[in-house]
Amino acid sequence: MSGFIQQLINGIHVGSIYALIALGYTMVYGIVKLINFAHGDILMMGAYFGLFSITVLHLPFGLAIVVAMAACALVGMLIDVIAYKPLRNAPRISALITALGVSLFLENFFRVIFGAEPKKMPNIPSLEGGFVLGTIKLSYVTVLTVILSIVFMVALQFVVKKTKVGKAMRAVSEDKEAARLMGVNVNKTISITFALGSALGALGGVLYSVAYYQVEPYMGIMPGLKAFVAAVLGGIGIIPGAMLGGFVMGLIESLSKGYISSSWSNAIVFGILILVLLFKPSGILGKNVREKV
Amino acid sequence: MLKVDNIEVYYGAIHAIKGVSFEVKKGQIVSLIGANGAGKTTIMHTVSGLIKPQTGTISFSGTDISNVRAHTIVEMGMAHVPEGRRVFSKMTVKENLEMGAYSRKDKADLEADYEMVYTRFPRLKERRKQLAGTMSGGEQQMLAIARALMSKPKLMLLDEPSMGLAPILVDEVFSIIKDINKSGTTILLVEQNAHKALNIADQAYVLETGNVVLSGEAKKMLDNEQVKKAYLG
Repeated sequence: MSGFIQQLINGIHVGSIYALIALGYTMVYGIVKLINFAHGDILMMGAYFGLFSITVLHLPFGLAIVVAMAACALVGMLIDVIAYKPLRNAPRISALITALGVSLFLENFFRVIFGAEPKKMPNIPSLEGGFVLGTIKLSYVTVLTVILSIVFMVALQFVVKKTKVGKAMRAVSEDKEAARLMGVNVNKTISITFALGSALGALGGVLYSVAYYQVEPYMGIMPGLKAFVAAVLGGIGIIPGAMLGGFVMGLIESLSKGYISSSWSNAIVFGILILVLLFKPSGILGKNVREKV
Repeated sequence: MLKVDNIEVYYGAIHAIKGVSFEVKKGQIVSLIGANGAGKTTIMHTVSGLIKPQTGTISFSGTDISNVRAHTIVEMGMAHVPEGRRVFSKMTVKENLEMGAYSRKDKADLEADYEMVYTRFPRLKERRKQLAGTMSGGEQQMLAIARALMSKPKLMLLDEPSMGLAPILVDEVFSIIKDINKSGTTILLVEQNAHKALNIADQAYVLETGNVVLSGEAKKMLDNEQVKKAYLG
């Protein structure tokens, strides 16, 4: 039983990181119908910016998170303006291929600058240790990760539902032309969406590197792909779906590692993608809508 | 108020508008009529800045807006009710109205304006928390007009507001347009229903394949043999 609870804790921990990253996928898809495959690399950059803030700038951990989020928000907007904006009216496949290109570029750019060998994320003294109950361990890192993720998800939900910019985002994602006729600057709104998604991705990156102590140029690939699966599982384009999908993915991964086999866990996770696409392509929270031709 | 001078518009290789000029004076209702494909909607899109004319100028309240972006034109006091209503179906009625007021800088009388719109369209008040997509076509058309009113426009563009509506609702829409005009908003109206449009309009322009073929006082056009034959049936 305690083993099961421990797996649940681990699953929620990694699931909340997947959820943060899945949000970026789903927000960008919602507004420009693009699967931004470079989003996993935002996680990697967030981790690097966090590492840099802690080891070089000697900033406290909280401030390092803020720096990483701000820097990635900026990079996210830049990526949109440089790589995707010129393709706004191009066929969707062009933007998708560009996203793959951006991803490869970012990975190799960081490899050239920082080297391929993993850097160690230093221990954060205030986060060492945790609560222990019998054989169950709940580390402070887990607690912080889950709390921060939930806080930011609630904040995002507030922004999207209640604020002017959030309403503009929803309007643009539904009908760009009609949004322009309301006076919405569509390109600016898309930029803000990239910024928000990237900031959440950076938070995920810092929290991920704190949990696994490692920062390297290719670290974003696997969690990025899994978060993408999470976004599809929850229903791509649906914000609460990304959150739900993230937690479900984390739990499935952790339980299959614990009870089936850790070498099979990735196969199981990606097998889910295939099953979702076969049986409910719109995802858990999605409605089945046929695409109009 | 609005002066369109010899504009030409291309859709890719298609020469959609071939040198069209017309004018809308302050306080008027001006109607563009013509068959499908005559270029009415293209002209509306060009006036509100969604597409740009290749040549020619459009001036609004004395400012050249030929190269001004659509979202800035809204701020200058032009609202466009697009063809097919285009309400935000996944947003509530109230949120749609808020989007209408998106460009407004004066927040002071915003609440009063929601009330004004609700008085004009009582159904919208009842349904303000409902998703716009769940309403009937007529209600969505009312919402599209109400949404445009929320920007406090000097000039309102209406593209086929009666399309797909039951006859009784068509009458309602036209009487609303007249009302809006009476309370000081200038109107540019595109309609398939030429008879109704000419009845409420001051001036009218008849379009055929990207050209203005006839223009003049709307009431006189009702008696014009050519117009009668082609559009009034």
